[in-house]
Order: sequence, then structure tokens, then C-alpha cells
Amino acid sequence: MGVLIDLAWTIGKILVLVIPLFIAVAYMTYAERKVIGWIQLRRGPNRVGYYGLLQPFADAAKLLMKEIVLPANANRFLFVIAPMMSIMPALAAWAVIPVSGGWVIAEINAGLLYVLAMASLGVYGIIVAGWASNSKYALLGALRAGAQVVSYEIAMGFALVGVLMAAGSLNLGDIVRAQEGPIWNWFWLPLLPIFLVYWISGVAETNRLPFDVAEGESEIVAGFHVEYSGMAFAVFFLAEYANMILISGLATIMFMGGWYSPFHGIPVIGADGLHWFLIKTAFFLFCYIWFRGTFPRFRYDQIMRLGWKVLIPVTVVWLVVESGMILATVPPWFD
Amino acid sequence: MLESYVPILVFILLAVGVGIAPLVAGFVLAPRRPGSEKLSPYECGFEAFEDSRMKFDVRYYLVAILFIIFDLEIAFLFPWAIVLDHVGVFGFIAMGIFVGVLLIGFLYEWKKGALEWE
Repeated sequence: MGVLIDLAWTIGKILVLVIPLFIAVAYMTYAERKVIGWIQLRRGPNRVGYYGLLQPFADAAKLLMKEIVLPANANRFLFVIAPMMSIMPALAAWAVIPVSGGWVIAEINAGLLYVLAMASLGVYGIIVAGWASNSKYALLGALRAGAQVVSYEIAMGFALVGVLMAAGSLNLGDIVRAQEGPIWNWFWLPLLPIFLVYWISGVAETNRLPFDVAEGESEIVAGFHVEYSGMAFAVFFLAEYANMILISGLATIMFMGGWYSPFHGIPVIGADGLHWFLIKTAFFLFCYIWFRGTFPRFRYDQIMRLGWKVLIPVTVVWLVVESGMILATVPPWFD
Repeated sequence: MLESYVPILVFILLAVGVGIAPLVAGFVLAPRRPGSEKLSPYECGFEAFEDSRMKFDVRYYLVAILFIIFDLEIAFLFPWAIVLDHVGVFGFIAMGIFVGVLLIGFLYEWKKGALEWE
């Protein structure tokens, strides 16, 4: 009986996290079209509901009513499970994300390792989708996406090592607590190069512009999910946006002090809590849209050069510098 | 200790369910009218003229192999990074030798042109 109550309590907590996450994903697609509309001096969606606010639900209903085409040459089993392989890690990684002090579903000591593992699993969905579709564009898109994601994962892994060294813990809650204090105590300052590398690789990991050669509408039509339609496509779409929110949330936790207020010590606005986590994450999500609206797409060889020849050397050098700072116990971060 | 991982297991199962539910809903609610043209692979209107599982560049394999080496290295760095302020200068030098060997390999592949894409 006690076990069942525990289980129900866990499922309840998961739903409290996942349902707002889905609403966030829905409105992220709306915000993206609206902000890009404004950047391009258009209005964006404005027909469904006031200011187009019901647009995401209209889209979901439309996708639900569309046929899921199973191409004749496709490997049916792999074709159908690929979207699940894509969304499972994007959601499951949220199990260890602390949204506020102590507000986390699984308080485990190996939190960051788990996040890295889940982030690595995401690439399987892409590769399996591209292979199972048995279409040239899908195969090309999957190969490009796979090589790009694994390349940037190295830079991202080194960036995570930098955070671990500074925090001395794999537990994401402890990583935030290690940054307690005013805004210059947060890890973005001592780890500035690593923070930039993390953010660039985060954008590349999610295959977003300016690193979206994997999709490249104008060259390989849509990459690995060209053969997907209806809800199967919608699941890939959900996974992509859930991943974007995950990367933004991780950037908040690891570099921008999680739930701590930037106005440390000032009454009212200095109060820590969930709202600061949300505001910071929303800022990073805005950056995703902003980049998409302003940067041209990179060429594939430029992407690989940036990943291997710029980001990896930069992180390795900064890890050495950071080790020096830790061994010399430089205040206020490493004392 | 191990109980703290139970919520993760529940979360993973729920996440798989979230992946399955829309697909089932799509198969149930949406129409299904397959046709030979509709089911052929998309090639901008052309007939598919050869098998799509074609040969592809060996460099994709190379990237994958390099990724395995470096990802393992990162996995080795994780425990060291956590205890760095306890192991001190000795630990730093030991890890410096280990990473140094890998960096020599990295420079070698760089000079060999394994990272070139044109």
C-alpha cells in the first residue's frame, strides 16, 4: 500500500513538471513564429484566438487529423519507434533538473552524468529515423545530424567537466547551491569561455539555426524527418523543443545560478525562487529564436571546423586555467 | 540510496508512454488512404532511380571513432573533476599526463587532416 502511494506521489510530481513543460513547448512554437515575425516586420500568427494565442492548439489538432504515411520501402518497426527514441531522452532528462531549491523529482548524486547520458541517447532517434525512412534526403540529413551532434557533444562534455570542477559535485542542486550569492558569484564569470562553448554546442546539439544543416529546408528539404507526417512528425517536433528548453534550463542551472536572484540582498526582487529559474530559462529560449532570426546558416565544413578546431581547444585550455585557479583557491569562487 | 533512482525509472516509462500516445492517437483518428505514389520516397517529384542506402563518406565513421575516444576521456575526467581540491597538485599532474597523451593524438589527427571537410 505504502509503495502504491509513493508511486502515485511520484507520478503526480512528474505530471506537475511535464504538463507545464508541454504548455511551454506549445507556446515556444508560438513565440518563435511571433518573434521571427516581428524581426522580419510581419505580425506572425494572429488569426486563431486573440493575438493568435490559440495557434499551437489549432496546429496540434491539424496534425492529429493528418495521415501518418508509412513509406513502402521503410523499415516499419524502426520507422515507428524512432520518434519515441527521440522524445524519451528529451523528457526523461528533466527528472534531475531542480527548478527551485529542493524542487526536483529525483535527487540523485550522479545528476549531471545522467543528463549527459540522456543527451547522448537523443542521437539514436535521429539516426534510426534517417535510416528507417529509406530515402536519400533522410539518410543525408541523419548522417549530417549524427556527425554534428556527436562532435559538439565532446565540447559540451568538456564544458560540463569545467562546471564539475568548480562545483565539486555531480548533483545539480548542489551545483546551484555552490553559486549562492550575488551575480558575480555565479559560474558564468570564472567559466566565461566554457559558458560560451556550452551555449554554442547547446544550439548545435539541438540542430537549431545557425547549425541546422541537418534539416536545411532549402537544400535537403527537412533532413531526417522528411518522410514523417502527422503525429509522427509532431513527436519529433515536441522532442526538438523539449530539448531546447532542457539546454536552456541546464545553462541556467550550471552557469546562471539556477533559482538565485541576480539582485542578491535587495528586498522583494532579491528573493530567490522558481520565478528566477523561469525568467533565466526564458531568456535563453529567446536567444534561440533571436539567433534563428538573425544568423545565416553555417556551411557544413565550417560547423565541423568550429566544433573540433575551436571549441575543443578553447575548453581544454580553460580547464587547465581553471585547475590553476582551484589549486590556488582564487576567491570568491574557489575558496 | 538506490531508491532515489526509482522516480527516474517511472519518469522514463512515462516518457515512453508520452511518445507512444500521440502515435496511437494519430493512427486511430487520422485517415489512412495509402497509394503507390504516396508511399514512394520523396525525391522532389522524380522517380526514385536507385536504392537510397547508398555509399557515404568514410569521414562520418572517422568522426564517430574520434567521438568514442574523446567521450571516454570525458567520462574519465568526471570523477577527477569532483575531487580536484582533495587530490591537489599531484592529481593535477597525473591527469595532465593522461590528457596530454590524448592531446598529442588530437594534434596528430589534426595535422593528418582527419578533421578537414571540403
